[in-house]
Amino acid sequence: MIQLKRLTKCYGQDEVVSDLTLAVSTGEILVVLGGSGSGKTTILKMINRLVEPTTGTIQINGTDTSTIPPHQLRRQIGYVFQQVGLFPHMTVSENVAVTPSLLGWKPTRIRDLVDELLELVELNPTLVRNKKPDELSGGQQQRVGVARALAAGPEVMLLDEPFGALDPLTRGRLQESFKTIQHEIGLTAVFVTHDMVEALMLGDRIAIMHSGKLIQSGTPRELLTQPATDYVKDLMSTPRRQAAIVSKLANELTT
Amino acid sequence: MREQLVLLPEYLTAHLQLTLLALLLSTVVSLPLGVAIARFRWLESPTLALAGIIQTVPGLALLAVMVPLLAAMNLPSIGFLPAIVGLTLYGLFPILRNTVTGIRSVDSALKEAARGVGMTPMQQLWRVEIPLALPMIVAGLRTATVWLVGITTLSTPIGATSLGNYIFSGLQTRNYSSVLIGCVAAGGLALLLDGMIRLLEIGISARRRGQVLTSLAIMTSLCIYVGITLIAPVTNAGTRPLVIGSKTFTEQYVLSSILAQWIEKETSRPTTLMQSLGSSVAFDALTTGEIDLYVDYSGTLWVNEMHRDTGPSTRREILNALRQFLDDEHNISMPAALGFENAYALAVRGNDATRLTLRQISDLRAYAATLVLGGDYEFFVRPEWTAIQDAYGLEFKRLRTMDSTLMYQAIVQENVDVISAFSSDGRVAAYDLTLLEDDLDVIPPYDAIVLASPRVTQEYPDVIQAVARLDGSINADRMRTMNLAVDEMGEHPSLVAERFVRALR
Repeated sequence: MIQLKRLTKCYGQDEVVSDLTLAVSTGEILVVLGGSGSGKTTILKMINRLVEPTTGTIQINGTDTSTIPPHQLRRQIGYVFQQVGLFPHMTVSENVAVTPSLLGWKPTRIRDLVDELLELVELNPTLVRNKKPDELSGGQQQRVGVARALAAGPEVMLLDEPFGALDPLTRGRLQESFKTIQHEIGLTAVFVTHDMVEALMLGDRIAIMHSGKLIQSGTPRELLTQPATDYVKDLMSTPRRQAAIVSKLANELTT
Repeated sequence: MREQLVLLPEYLTAHLQLTLLALLLSTVVSLPLGVAIARFRWLESPTLALAGIIQTVPGLALLAVMVPLLAAMNLPSIGFLPAIVGLTLYGLFPILRNTVTGIRSVDSALKEAARGVGMTPMQQLWRVEIPLALPMIVAGLRTATVWLVGITTLSTPIGATSLGNYIFSGLQTRNYSSVLIGCVAAGGLALLLDGMIRLLEIGISARRRGQVLTSLAIMTSLCIYVGITLIAPVTNAGTRPLVIGSKTFTEQYVLSSILAQWIEKETSRPTTLMQSLGSSVAFDALTTGEIDLYVDYSGTLWVNEMHRDTGPSTRREILNALRQFLDDEHNISMPAALGFENAYALAVRGNDATRLTLRQISDLRAYAATLVLGGDYEFFVRPEWTAIQDAYGLEFKRLRTMDSTLMYQAIVQENVDVISAFSSDGRVAAYDLTLLEDDLDVIPPYDAIVLASPRVTQEYPDVIQAVARLDGSINADRMRTMNLAVDEMGEHPSLVAERFVRALR
């Protein structure tokens, strides 16, 4: 359970997140949806204290995060970065093992864990274990990124547009794997994206951000049936419009 | 060639000592400093600016400045210490700059990722920033290594033996095979050390354990060797051989060899040479006891140490005054005056002398405005030159400073018309030059005298007695012949000295 209470972040005069109150229930995926400059990434970074809020509080399972030293907090939270962020001088297995080794786990335990995690994200451990990140494809790299975020067994996972730079096929496969993994482990996840379809596919609930403000949050069904503003209505209608175009094309081809 | 190569182990070891120790010290200082600068931005401008300024000082000047600087702090100012301090300063900048740049240029996304996975600031530094900056840091280290091997050759004039001994003495005595040996050895050393570091770097980044261990083993054994050779002389300091100094010209190389061979023969005490010292460095080294004996010239001390420009003009009067002064002020004794003078003198081409009937310096007055005067590095800043100008009122067309060995070539090829020659230089006669008489007596006499350090004066009467027997043993012609043998016949100073010492008995 993550609770954001009256969260505001200012850079000088700029308010990038304004008075945000939001809760994520245990075991659910909350998708934060918004365009660039909507403040969605800042929200993620405030949750693991990469960015400190100007005002407001964040609680994870009832504990105020500002009472935990930042590096300890971050070891308990998985984070998948937009630009992958794998360390180029480390092998795949060292990348995956980075947080467990910071926590001082035994090497043998870590070695088994790494293989397990690589299999979980559908990579062949014997093939990729000793490779450097730049020897992998973009999709493989982000699978390693997910494995690294899962390595220390976090209850909470933060994902910052993790699949944004991938081709549509790879993206689709990764979305499915992630959904499966999240469901199996019962992760509480905050997933940031600007992709409406991704939001609808993955989100148990969706929070729509615009210019640092929360416009509406709810289940995909709620957002589709009861959009709070014209902006939300517009946003929710785009996948449907695109689907219509696609099925029209398909019909033309079959007839 | 062979007698040159015999010296290689000694010079190479000394060179390696200086280079490796300076490199080690520079690294130990600049790596943490570089990391600190990368963290605390306010440190950057002052630190890098200071290191940059040090870097722009020419290497020779930086090393030379260490001598008075250390002397002012009452530290040993000749030899190893000033060289190490100067070289260390010189090595700072490349390592510092590359460390800062390397750490700074680590992708900010990776720095954020390092924080994001839960690293503390120290862990971010050691596990991410330094490994990623490593190629850059190593590049700085390699630059420093190659520079230091080169700059170390410049430690010779401040009394630290290095491969520069080959180069300096070779240039002065026109022994180009000696210069070549020095350059090739220094170049080879630079390539070797650079290659070792490169090997280590590749080994680390490609994780080849064998390669890392091999290069580490070679480097470690070099360091151990240097360490042992550095410590060994300290542990048996009691039996230090007598150190005979010399300045940077042919006559001095010959005379220092004569002193060394004569003393060894007469007293059976071991001696060692510390050659190619700067002119004022030699006297300072004698007062501090860093060298034990060397040959200087009465006029030089009269002007530089006693700060006199007029006074008794006869050779004997000056010698007596000097003996008194050295004993009173420095506890230095003067066991022998060798018997010849090596005075600054103006020389012209023989045919010019005949054509223009030039016999004495005042004869130059009529022609000075059309003539170019060439002088060695010191001449135009020496009081003798001021005195000549004042007394004779000479205004030359142009003054050119050049190395003393090149001056003779320059006057023969008519690049200059008058040079500041030395009266004992064999080349004056060999090149058919005419020395002009100092008819107004403004140049003081320059008797070659042997000076002995306070330690030798008090504790080694046998050495003083042996040297005293050299009194008056070399006349001007004899010295000219010996100088010429080195300068023109390419003989080694030690061989010329050997012949002289053998003939002396």
